[in-house]
Amino acid sequence: MKVLSNEVYIIGAGETKFGELWDKSLRNLAVEAGLKAIENAGIYSKDVDAIYGANSLAGIINKQENIGALIADFSGLSADGIPSLRVESSTASGAAALRDAYLSIKSEEYDVVVVGGVEKMTDIHGSDILEKSSSILDREWEAFFGATPAAMAALIARKYMHDFNVDKEALSMFSINDHLNGSKNPDAQFRNKITLQQAMNATAVADPLNMMDCSPLSDGAAAVVLASESYMKKNKKEGVHILSSAVAEDYLSVGSRQSIYTLTSTKLAAEKAFKKAAIKRDDISFMEVHDSFSIYGLLELEDLGFAEKGKANKMVYDDIKLDGRLPVNPSGGLKAKGDPYGAVGVGQAVDAYRQLTGKAGDNQIKDARYALLHNMAGTGASSIIHILGE
Amino acid sequence: MTELSRIWRETEYRYNLIGYRCKNCGNSYFPPRDICPKCHRESIGKMEKVKFSGNGEVMSYTVVHDAPPSFKRQVPYVLALIKLSEGPVITAQIVDSPEENVEIGTKVHMVFRKIRQDGDSGIIEYGYKFAVNQ
Ligand SMILES: [Zn+2]
Repeated sequence: MKVLSNEVYIIGAGETKFGELWDKSLRNLAVEAGLKAIENAGIYSKDVDAIYGANSLAGIINKQENIGALIADFSGLSADGIPSLRVESSTASGAAALRDAYLSIKSEEYDVVVVGGVEKMTDIHGSDILEKSSSILDREWEAFFGATPAAMAALIARKYMHDFNVDKEALSMFSINDHLNGSKNPDAQFRNKITLQQAMNATAVADPLNMMDCSPLSDGAAAVVLASESYMKKNKKEGVHILSSAVAEDYLSVGSRQSIYTLTSTKLAAEKAFKKAAIKRDDISFMEVHDSFSIYGLLELEDLGFAEKGKANKMVYDDIKLDGRLPVNPSGGLKAKGDPYGAVGVGQAVDAYRQLTGKAGDNQIKDARYALLHNMAGTGASSIIHILGE
Repeated sequence: MTELSRIWRETEYRYNLIGYRCKNCGNSYFPPRDICPKCHRESIGKMEKVKFSGNGEVMSYTVVHDAPPSFKRQVPYVLALIKLSEGPVITAQIVDSPEENVEIGTKVHMVFRKIRQDGDSGIIEYGYKFAVNQ
């Protein structure tokens, strides 16, 4: 019988560098991140009750499904029969796997679970990736007619800027902040700072969005080790508490939604996450948000409840900076750290673990106590939020 | 190349802009859906096909410069969210007029066009696009 509670903690974390990693395969990446996390947690493979592996597009990019078995096999765990399942929820696969692992410990089924996220996106020729990545949209009624993830974000951006009289500069400021933070993160894909002029005048992708508004193609993997409080205490380990985990859905297609610039899934998930964590928005020390396109960064500030609708532009100049009132994406975010779809949500947890244990290096936020992690599928069809803290 | 049946089964809707109307609440939907998101099980068996007028206005638009291979020949193209006069908002291209003529609020109507071509020897797919009203 368990004496202590079944609260869930992150007791170790690790990730690969994010970027164009030509010398590394899907399985190399997954194993590298997993081993780093296990080593960091100071546990052995015999301690692991289960693995939850996140991946979004390996089936169509790398022509490899059966990711759960692949990860277990090449981590050397197949002979031990350790359960290993893949979790897919588009670009929110990472947080979905984190949540499933969290629930598995909450339910007292397991004590120690490894959560991994991996994506290998550069094993594909040129613009073919756009055909594949558009599968995060409604294939038959959006992508079929020429929509891409960037084009859908651009449609949202145009209407938002029009209705709230927000200028393009506000969007660019979000990318500038990502690059500034990414420049100090050794795992980030882009380590260069960008100027406002560079952010405003980059090559057009889908007007009004240009290349500096769009996350890159990335390879990468990330992993965390979760443990029950009882395991942690018994084995004299320390960890970061997962205070809450919440998920909500919205329509798959942008056009079906009540308001095209309201991320309702994010709004609903945030309400649930704050309620369960029993903390206030003011308590949050920093956030990692899913800004695959700069416009989403602004919408997320609003729909997470930190700015009124149409007013996020007031936050992007100072508040979101590393030393601002509410630092956003200290890791560099999806724009600069990178956007390996299935790994993103787990990568956010790696960053938060490092911040909350005071090991974030040059990006360390002073007195960081509570983190909000926001991972989103497609154009906002699903949002998954985790609040981490003491 | 093996996508024929997948494309064929949607042609009725894509060629004629046919969606569904819920007989329980009267709301119209596009793309077609079997259940009304407002009435849930009350709508079972009460969803009927409805042909939309094809008239609408631009809710938002973008000019796409970076496109998948099957759309490469059309770049740059105008993609829009169009609010049909019957209510639903759909994602479609705007053609036959320079992008300067497209703004939020511009009135448009449906036209039947080639949508995409699967390489040089692949099938050609057709469906709706929209054009600016004169
Ligand atoms: Zn109805």
